[in-house]
Amino acid sequence: MTTTIRLQREAIDIAAEVQQLTRGRTDVGAVVTFTGVCRADENGEAIAVLTLEHYPGMAEAEIARHVEEARGRWPLLGVTVVHRYGRFVPGDVIVLVATASSHRQAAFVSAEFLMDYLKTRAPFWKRVESVSGSAWVEARSADDAAAERWSAPPQRQRQSSG
Amino acid sequence: MKLLYFSWVRERVGKAEEQIDPPAGVTTVGGLMAWLASRGEDYAHAFENPKVIRAAIDRSHVRSDAAIAGAREIAFFPPMTGG
Repeated sequence: MTTTIRLQREAIDIAAEVQQLTRGRTDVGAVVTFTGVCRADENGEAIAVLTLEHYPGMAEAEIARHVEEARGRWPLLGVTVVHRYGRFVPGDVIVLVATASSHRQAAFVSAEFLMDYLKTRAPFWKRVESVSGSAWVEARSADDAAAERWSAPPQRQRQSSG
Repeated sequence: MKLLYFSWVRERVGKAEEQIDPPAGVTTVGGLMAWLASRGEDYAHAFENPKVIRAAIDRSHVRSDAAIAGAREIAFFPPMTGG
């Protein structure tokens, strides 16, 4: 399996990352990409700038642990997670999760799994600057609930034809 | 051992990292937070509500009852908001 986990300040070349998952192989039948984008509002307030802080070393390790877990749950052929840090303005891409499999179901569901865990377990913290000042973004209980629903005992999903 | 602080824990403590040598009676992550809170106003503010603070030992998430013996690096931070 091809695994790419990268933290970077620079913009993400989504097309290149997807190509990396399929280059030189013919067993991939599905690639699903999730792209997280900086929104212009947080709780109804206009955001001017978003800053992302991370824990270098642990962020990569934590993402790798969840990629390993995804590999155990679904028949994946490749996973790419690129998470940016630094300063963002609305419209900027923050994160890319791309999963490759022979068939679409494993690719779809593992991408969602990885994103749910990224939001609640990967050591990143968002700070927003708006007209009323700057503040750390508070964790949402909806994100915890989204991650929680995966905590049932792992079982390999049945494949459907792609 | 080395302590790391992130997000508002870092801002309240006033530093990103430090080397500490906690007293022998401090054996768990929760105990370490209580001891840190006693080190001054900034620390007391940072650790005033230890229930909301998450911890990691050597770059893995741990609960507050985790033992700190043998830890090289312990990090404290608020719930994560990445993605």
